[in-house]
Amino acid sequence: MTLYNSVAPPAGDRRTAMQKIAAALEPWLYSAPVLILIVAIMLVPLALGVSYAFRDIRLLNPFSGGFVGLAHFRELAADSAFRGALVNTLWWTFSSVILQFLFGLILALLLNRPFRGRALAQALCFLPWAVPSFLSGLDWAWMFNPVVGPIPHWLTALGLMAEPSNILADPDVAMWGPIAANVWWGIPFFAITMLAALQAIPKDLYEAAEIDGAGPVERFRSITVPFLAPTMAISILLRTVWIANFADLIIVMTNGGPADRTQIVASYIFTQAFRRLDFGYASAIALVLLVLLLAYSMLIVALRQTMMSRQ
Amino acid sequence: MTRKRLLLTVLHRLAVLAYVAFALFPLFWLLKVSVTPTSLLYTEGIRMWPSRASIEHYVFVLTHSSFPTFFLNSTIVSASTAVIVTLVASLAGYAMSRFIFRGKYWIIGLLLLTQMFPLVMLIAPMFKMLSPLGLTNSLSGLIVVYVAFNVPFATFLMQSFFDGIPKDLEEAAMIDGATRFTAFRQIILPLTLPGIAATLGFVFTAAWSELLFALMLISDNRATTFPVGLLSFVSKFSVDFGQMMAAGVLALIPACLFFLLIQRYLVQGLTAGAVKG
Repeated sequence: MTLYNSVAPPAGDRRTAMQKIAAALEPWLYSAPVLILIVAIMLVPLALGVSYAFRDIRLLNPFSGGFVGLAHFRELAADSAFRGALVNTLWWTFSSVILQFLFGLILALLLNRPFRGRALAQALCFLPWAVPSFLSGLDWAWMFNPVVGPIPHWLTALGLMAEPSNILADPDVAMWGPIAANVWWGIPFFAITMLAALQAIPKDLYEAAEIDGAGPVERFRSITVPFLAPTMAISILLRTVWIANFADLIIVMTNGGPADRTQIVASYIFTQAFRRLDFGYASAIALVLLVLLLAYSMLIVALRQTMMSRQ
Repeated sequence: MTRKRLLLTVLHRLAVLAYVAFALFPLFWLLKVSVTPTSLLYTEGIRMWPSRASIEHYVFVLTHSSFPTFFLNSTIVSASTAVIVTLVASLAGYAMSRFIFRGKYWIIGLLLLTQMFPLVMLIAPMFKMLSPLGLTNSLSGLIVVYVAFNVPFATFLMQSFFDGIPKDLEEAAMIDGATRFTAFRQIILPLTLPGIAATLGFVFTAAWSELLFALMLISDNRATTFPVGLLSFVSKFSVDFGQMMAAGVLALIPACLFFLLIQRYLVQGLTAGAVKG
C-alpha cells in the first residue's frame, strides 16, 4: 500500500483518467441495487398499470386484453359508487389527519417536558404505532361490537345511543369506526416527528424570552410555532397523501360497507381488482386517484411558495 | 413551588396518564377477551377482567389451527425482507450521504416519487407480472415485492444515520491506504449499528403488517401470512372471538418486541435528521 502511494504521482495521466471514471462510477455502484429494485418492481408495474387503464383486462376472461381507449373513464364518470367514494375519501382523509395532528402535537408537547418515568410513558404512548394496521382494524372492530366490545355500552350509558349496537353497521356513522382506529394508530407518527422537531429548538431561546418577560402563551406563539411550522407542513402533506391511499383499515373493518358508505377510492380500487378481478377498470380508477393526489401536492407546494415569497 | 405550578404539574401528569390509558386500552381489551373462557364471554361481556382467566384459546390456536404455519411464513418473509432491505439501503444511504454526484437529485426525486403514488395502483400489474414467473403463491414473490416497497424509506433513514457520523473517520482510513469500501465496512458500518437496528425493526414491522398485496398474491394456505390468515379466520369462524383475539395477541408479539428495541432510537434519529434539514 505504501509502495502504491509513492509510485502514484509519476504514473501520470492514464491512471488518473481511470481513477476519475472509477470515482464517478462509485456512487452509482452503491446505489445500483436500490435503483434496480425500484425500477423493476415499482416503475415497470406503474407504467403497466397506466397502460391497463386504457385496456380491457379481466383476469378470468381469456379474450380480454384489447385496447379500449377511454371507455373505462366514461364508465367511471357515470359510476355513482365512485363519486360516493370520492366524497368518502375527503371525509376519511381530512378528519383522520386533523385529529391525528392535533392529538399528536398535544402528546409531543406533553412528552417534551422532563418528568420521572418519561421514557416509559413515551414508549407506551408510541406503542399503537407498532401494532400491525390490520390488527388495529380488527381490534377496533371488536371494540365496536356490542357482543364483546365496551364502546357501544359506554355510548349507551352516556345517552348517545338508544341501545348498544354496532356503529360499523349503521350507514350514517360507520365511517367514524375506521377513523377512530386510524387516529389511535396514527397519533404516534405525528407525536414522534413533532417531538423530534421540538427537541431541536435551542433551549436558550426560551430562557431569553422568559427573561424578557414573555409568558408561556407568548413563548409558544413566537418560538415553538415558527420552529415547528416547516415540520408540520411537510408531515401533514405527506400524511394526507398517505392516508388517502390507506385502505387496510377500511378493508378489514367494513369492507366499504354498509351500503358503500365507508368505501374510499383506494378500497374501491382494491375491491375492483381483488373481488371483481377487473384489472382494467381498477387501473383506470387508480390513475384518477394518482392525478388527484398529484394535483393536491402541487397545490400545497404552490401555496407554500406564495406564502414564503410574501414573507 | 407555587400553587399554580403545582396545579400545572398535576394537570400535566393527568394528561399523560390519560393518553397512556387511551393508547393501551384497545390492546388491554384484546388481551382480556383472549383469556376469557368462551362460557363467560357473553355473560361477562364488558367486565374489565373475567372472573376466571384461561389460556384455552391460545392452546386451541397453537394446536388446532394453521396459525403456527402462518406465523412461520410471516417470520420468514419479514426477517428476509428486513435483512435484504437493510443491506441494500445502507449501501445507497451511504452513497446519498457521502457522495456529491450528477444524478443524485434524480435518485432522491425517484425515491420520493415512490412514496407518493398509491401502492394499490400496483396490485393488478404486479399480479400479472409475477404470475408467469411462478412468484404468486410463493413467499419469495412476497419478499421481492416487500423489499422494493421498503427500500426508499430505509435509504433515507440510513442516510440520516450516516450523516451523523463524521467524514474524517473514513478519510483518515483512506489516507492510510484502505479502499473506500473497506473503510465503509470496517469503520462506518459498526458505528451505525443503532441505525441498522432501527431500520431492521422498521422494515420488519412494515412487512409483518402488510395485508393487501399478500391477499392478492397468495391464495395457497401453505404460503399464507399472518394478516391474511387472521382475516380469513375472522370471516370463516366469526363467532369465536376468544380464538381470534388469542391469534391477534400472538401477531402482536414480534412487532411489539421489535418496537420496544428500537423506540429509543426513533426520536433521536429523527432529531438528527431535523437538525440537518
